[in-house]
Amino acid sequence: MRDRSLLVAGGIFALLLIAPGVLDATGQAYLTGLLMKAMLLAIAAMALDLLVGQGGMISLGHSAFVGIGAYVLAIGLAAGIENILVLLAIALAVAGSFALVTGALALRTSGVYFLMITLAFGQMAYFTLTSLAAYGGDDGLTLWSLATLFGSNVAQNAGHIYLVILAVLVATWWLVHRIGQSRFGRVLRAARDNPERAAVMGFSVFRYRLTAYVIAGMIASVAGLLTAQQNEFVSPALATWQHSGDLLVILVVGGLGSRNGALLGALFIVAAQEALGAVLPEWRLIYGPLLVGVVLFAKGGLNSLLAPGTAGPGR
Amino acid sequence: MSILEIRNLTKTFGAVRVSKEISLTVGARQCHALIGPNGAGKTTLIHQISGVLTPDAGAVLLDGTDITALPMWRRAQAGLGRTFQISSTLHSFSVLENVALAAQAKAGSSMRFFRPAATEAALNRQAEAVLDRVGLLRRARILAGDLSHGERRLLELAIALAGAPKVLLLDEPMAGLGRVESERLTDILAELRREIPMLLIEHDMDAIFRLADTVAVLVEGAVVARGTPDEVRADPVARAAYLGEESA
Ligand SMILES: Nc1ncnc2c1ncn2[C@@H]1O[C@H](COP(=O)(O)OP(=O)(O)OP(=O)(O)O)[C@@H](O)[C@H]1O
Ligand SMILES: [Mg+2]
Repeated sequence: MRDRSLLVAGGIFALLLIAPGVLDATGQAYLTGLLMKAMLLAIAAMALDLLVGQGGMISLGHSAFVGIGAYVLAIGLAAGIENILVLLAIALAVAGSFALVTGALALRTSGVYFLMITLAFGQMAYFTLTSLAAYGGDDGLTLWSLATLFGSNVAQNAGHIYLVILAVLVATWWLVHRIGQSRFGRVLRAARDNPERAAVMGFSVFRYRLTAYVIAGMIASVAGLLTAQQNEFVSPALATWQHSGDLLVILVVGGLGSRNGALLGALFIVAAQEALGAVLPEWRLIYGPLLVGVVLFAKGGLNSLLAPGTAGPGR
Repeated sequence: MSILEIRNLTKTFGAVRVSKEISLTVGARQCHALIGPNGAGKTTLIHQISGVLTPDAGAVLLDGTDITALPMWRRAQAGLGRTFQISSTLHSFSVLENVALAAQAKAGSSMRFFRPAATEAALNRQAEAVLDRVGLLRRARILAGDLSHGERRLLELAIALAGAPKVLLLDEPMAGLGRVESERLTDILAELRREIPMLLIEHDMDAIFRLADTVAVLVEGAVVARGTPDEVRADPVARAAYLGEESA
């Protein structure tokens, strides 16, 4: 059954690899932009799944880390740092530190209280970004120059940013699932199911959860950095709590804690919004019921439709 | 030499004093039983020893070290093993994984992020050995949530054993078991008690008489009688408080 989900992921990655060529040839190149949007959402959602699916920590502040990644790129470029690897290292450090401090405080609580505190920290990050007058404040900022990879434009729209995003997506998918099956992941899942049992076995639930929170925040910042680089624009909207909510919706629709849930959910949400939007302007009227339908009829999310048996809290 | 020592543990819930200056020691190779009517405060005592609850006053010493201020997980790391009166296993994990995870807690760092844990042979071997010991090996691949009540009681014990504890706190291990199952578990504990000192809470008097060398009787949070099983059986206070009630 695990092979089945491997197959599903492999199939999706292969399709994503050939998609730009095919879309180009059929005169629908504008759709590659949507695919990149879906992939970037999937990266952030995969990281969130480490918290929500594996760890049972429902965060409404995850988009703050996406915002941090995006603004590190914008501010770094303004300060004359062009190497994307250097910017990446800064984004990881900033997001990791923010996660360490806010996570240490938020993880003194759990359940709804955890949700509220992560929401509060997320809003803090959001309002901080809106107050950055030098970087566009509320309106955001268009990036006039972009980051380079050792001087080349590989990681830009003019180059092969699509492939860079796809590579990061595959790497994140691989990483998150290695983590899920590692010693660390096993403790995280035990703490989700029964924290008292994990503690009585000898595990500091707090430390494992905090580590997961930091890892998830760092991965989300990578998604943010690439989002800014691809959009050539940053805005505080990336860090709104609504964006965190979207990521949660992606997970639930795709299948919480499942191997391909984040991937399927992101592709589905982006496709559904686009398709509905093209058909009728009041698409949001249908969008809500559609999500409800998916959640009700595909228990365990889209993942359980494609690879039954791999859903659920296991991995 | 005492492995576990409890000094004057005191705990109040609101106006109710559930532990009244309880002191006891469990020495090497000793099985110390704790009996008492429902609501006497037995589980509350185990919770304070294992760190689920903090006492208002008093101290818990493990191997001579004061562990009263340590969190649950550090006490477990220090060698305190316990089972729960109401089985507390990981339902979405297999039986083997429940036990392997307990072994993992004592087998180096678990801050390891890449190697799959489910195929760590050393952990699985340890887990299988423990499962074999409690007679659950043939159920190793089943989800813990699919076990019968009796099997879950055995898994509870296996998880505690896999942590290689210095002392075991057993909270009514026979709770809800039938006669045959109880006897089998008593056999297992009889063998274990030669290796691991234990504090045993139990209502099953047959098991107490077979296993314990010291029995303390807890009533309304206070120890009212203490001695060998035979002494306690003969003690009028203990009979009135507990044994009498049992035969009535
Ligand atoms: N968290 C709590 N808050 C308030 N009162 C509690 C709490 N936990 C237990 N009590 C009370 O403390 C007393 C002792 O409970 P405890 O569970 O320790 O008894 P016990 O001896 O284990 O009983 P049993 O044989 O039924 O398991 C009971 O009166 C119980 O209602
Ligand atoms: Mg009890």
